[in-house]
Amino acid sequence: MSELVAGPHTRAPVSLPALMRQVLLAAVPATAFGVWLYGWPALYLLVITLASALAGEAVSLRAAGRPVRSGLGDGSALVAGWILAMSLPPWAPWWIGAIGGLLATVLGKGVFGGTGQNPFNPAMAARVALLVAFPAAMTRWVAPAPLGTEQAPGLLASLRITFLGGADWDAVTSATTLDATRTAITQGQSIQAALPEAYDPALAVLGYAAGSLAEGSALLLAAGGVYLIHRRVIPWETPLVLLATLAVLATGFHALDPQRYHDAGVHLLAGSTVLAAFFIATDPTTSPATAAGRAVFAAGCAATIWIVRTYGGYPEATAFAVLLMNACTPLIDRWIRPRVYGRTRRGTPLPTGEENP
Amino acid sequence: MLLSKPRLIRGGVRTETHKQPTAACPLEPLHPPGPLYVSLSQHIGAPALPAVRPGDTVAKGQRLGTPEQGLSAAVHAPTSGRVAAITRHPAPHPSGLAVTTVVLEPDGEERWADERPEPLTEEAERLEPATISHRAAEAGIVGMGGAAFPAAVKLNSPRPVDTLILNGGECEPYLTCDDRLMRERAAGIVDGGRLMARALGARRTAIGVEDNKPEAIHALRQAAASLGGAEVVPVPSLWPQGSEKHLIYTLTGREVPAGALAADIGVVAHNVGTAYAVHRAVRQGRPLISRPVTIGGGAVATPTNLEAPLGTPFRTLLHQAGGLRETPARVLAGGPMMGPIVPLEAALAKGTNGVIALTRSEIREAEGRPCIRCGRCVDACPMGLMPFEIANRAAAGDIDGAAASGLMDCLTCGSCAYVCPSARPLVQLFHYARGQRAERAAAKERTELQRRMAEQRAERQRREQERKKAAAAARRRQRAAHAQGGAEQAQGGAEAEPQDTGAEGSPPDAAPSGEETVS
Repeated sequence: MSELVAGPHTRAPVSLPALMRQVLLAAVPATAFGVWLYGWPALYLLVITLASALAGEAVSLRAAGRPVRSGLGDGSALVAGWILAMSLPPWAPWWIGAIGGLLATVLGKGVFGGTGQNPFNPAMAARVALLVAFPAAMTRWVAPAPLGTEQAPGLLASLRITFLGGADWDAVTSATTLDATRTAITQGQSIQAALPEAYDPALAVLGYAAGSLAEGSALLLAAGGVYLIHRRVIPWETPLVLLATLAVLATGFHALDPQRYHDAGVHLLAGSTVLAAFFIATDPTTSPATAAGRAVFAAGCAATIWIVRTYGGYPEATAFAVLLMNACTPLIDRWIRPRVYGRTRRGTPLPTGEENP
Repeated sequence: MLLSKPRLIRGGVRTETHKQPTAACPLEPLHPPGPLYVSLSQHIGAPALPAVRPGDTVAKGQRLGTPEQGLSAAVHAPTSGRVAAITRHPAPHPSGLAVTTVVLEPDGEERWADERPEPLTEEAERLEPATISHRAAEAGIVGMGGAAFPAAVKLNSPRPVDTLILNGGECEPYLTCDDRLMRERAAGIVDGGRLMARALGARRTAIGVEDNKPEAIHALRQAAASLGGAEVVPVPSLWPQGSEKHLIYTLTGREVPAGALAADIGVVAHNVGTAYAVHRAVRQGRPLISRPVTIGGGAVATPTNLEAPLGTPFRTLLHQAGGLRETPARVLAGGPMMGPIVPLEAALAKGTNGVIALTRSEIREAEGRPCIRCGRCVDACPMGLMPFEIANRAAAGDIDGAAASGLMDCLTCGSCAYVCPSARPLVQLFHYARGQRAERAAAKERTELQRRMAEQRAERQRREQERKKAAAAARRRQRAAHAQGGAEQAQGGAEAEPQDTGAEGSPPDAAPSGEETVS
């Protein structure tokens, strides 16, 4: 006869796999630009990282006794692998991608119980683990060598670069903007003096500079992010508050001492700020569940990014910032909650009678 | 106390309304030839007691069921005919639970009972408030928006009521029967509102209608303009705008405190259909024997609106709408957000506002996936809860944790489950947790009772033993007093000790008082 199924008996046309597909779609332009800018090695690294992330997820699902096909089908492993690849040095050797993919899905997600259970963003956990374990390979950047130009290695030469470490590093290595100014800061020089050779705002907006595989193009990343907001895949509070907080901090301190502090342009366009704002800090699982909580989370990310970049030992800080705020998420969700209808903020019933607001 | 501008509720979801197929279908009177299954518990509270016997001939409007003591409602014959049986028949409830039902074979004559209550035609203000609520009780009127709470009880508020709200929200997708009623019988609704306001002593009446029903708003405004008494306020079309708590907030800006009734803040809300039923009961002396109902959903051949006699089986109602064009995935009593899945044998009750047969593509059943904490449910919750947290705790068996997260504040409106990208059965988990909680409370009560009884028994046994001991000691003492001789003196001294302790623990007079505590 009738089954005991509670309502609602219809749903909005949304699904987890569809959301993940949208995120991947939004990441495609910036990634494609990265592949064009740094050549075939970038594509190889992307493929290896994705394959490894999927393999790690499959192993985790099997170990947990869950249906593998359905688990892979939610797309979250693919997104974790993709975002990790976007943040890797484009000519990194194959094993960076292979280890990174496994770290992201097995250590980043699987051990905590899989999709939805991980306290830390899997891609950022893997990125930080790689950076700490393999500092050299993780900080070797190449100058742009767009496909179709003379500097671009061919398909076979690229295989050699990715799989055999056969790059002529002396010829291609270049420093990122944040690397260059970090050096200037540690040597007590003015960052203004270090900037001009490393930083051109116009190129930085496009992402035509040395850097990670696909976190350079602020323009394309922001376009993808705005698309995700428009499709209601990600909330708008997180990116807006993150970028605004960082801009305000940077502008304020830059006004105090331009020799010592970067302006907002550098902070927003260099490094992985835009990628973090739209694609990483917006990870639903590891960020707060209320809009107000997400705003606090994003502001915390921005402050941490600014502090580490300015005073810390690492030139780039988004991964650390995101992980640190991930750790605060349960607390934020405990403290920042909506007020329940008919109750005060403290949870006691509203008074009856006319004094009720 | 009414706001000049309606206020937007927190959260809620914009559902796909699916109202278009039936919004243009007028309420068609239905006189089904087959038997009617008139349930004696179509309301919240105790079932009515049968007032007829199998084989009786009944007239239309004659009482079939007398209200039980306390919270209950009368039930009347929807048409004239013969009582074929009084039996147990599936209720419009997902369990298909059988309830006492009068099976009525119509004779097709629609012959009214002779002794109907006198129609009262005076102005509402000239009627006694008690007369109006008495009429509502006599007519067996209950909340017709779905809750089926006996209306007369709500009209006898012990608290002073300032504002009456008539709920014309009808925010469930597919349903348009209230819309039709408001368009076609606006004057009756406005008059019913005036009668109810009189019964309550309410100074103001507001009719809240979702702004996707402009014709209904127009009709009500015209009726209110000529009859006076009610303000018609368009409210946003948003699920669950028709929730009593949320309509009150939208219209008055005030919230019903947790655990309190709307009347505690001086507001009473009734469905527009209930107002119309009160109008009919007072002005025509007509009991509640039929109601408007939408027959819809993608599996129905020609969706329509009917005014059908109570007790019409759902199967007959669907047949009236051209039958099913495909096997429905689910048949619901009411709308898809909160309506329960029902068996087709169940019959139209006072609180049933729709019979909706949904196809597989309409229900969008999806594979359930893990919660990713995306917070869409938090944004959608009109109560300001964090549904995912309650559900996760419930799923982990942490029922107390779920309760601490607001389980009992939940309306089970389903907004959270509607937007969940992982298709989690959130409302199901809430029902489960509530069931567990009730069970635990009952179990705790049982254990507590058992413990008390065991304690009392132990206490009784102890006293009994002490009484016996004291009696034995007394006997020995008596014997000792009877026996003479120096040799026996020492024995008597040795016995003195137990005798003393016995007297200390329980003096003979204490025994009756000990029994008192047991009784």
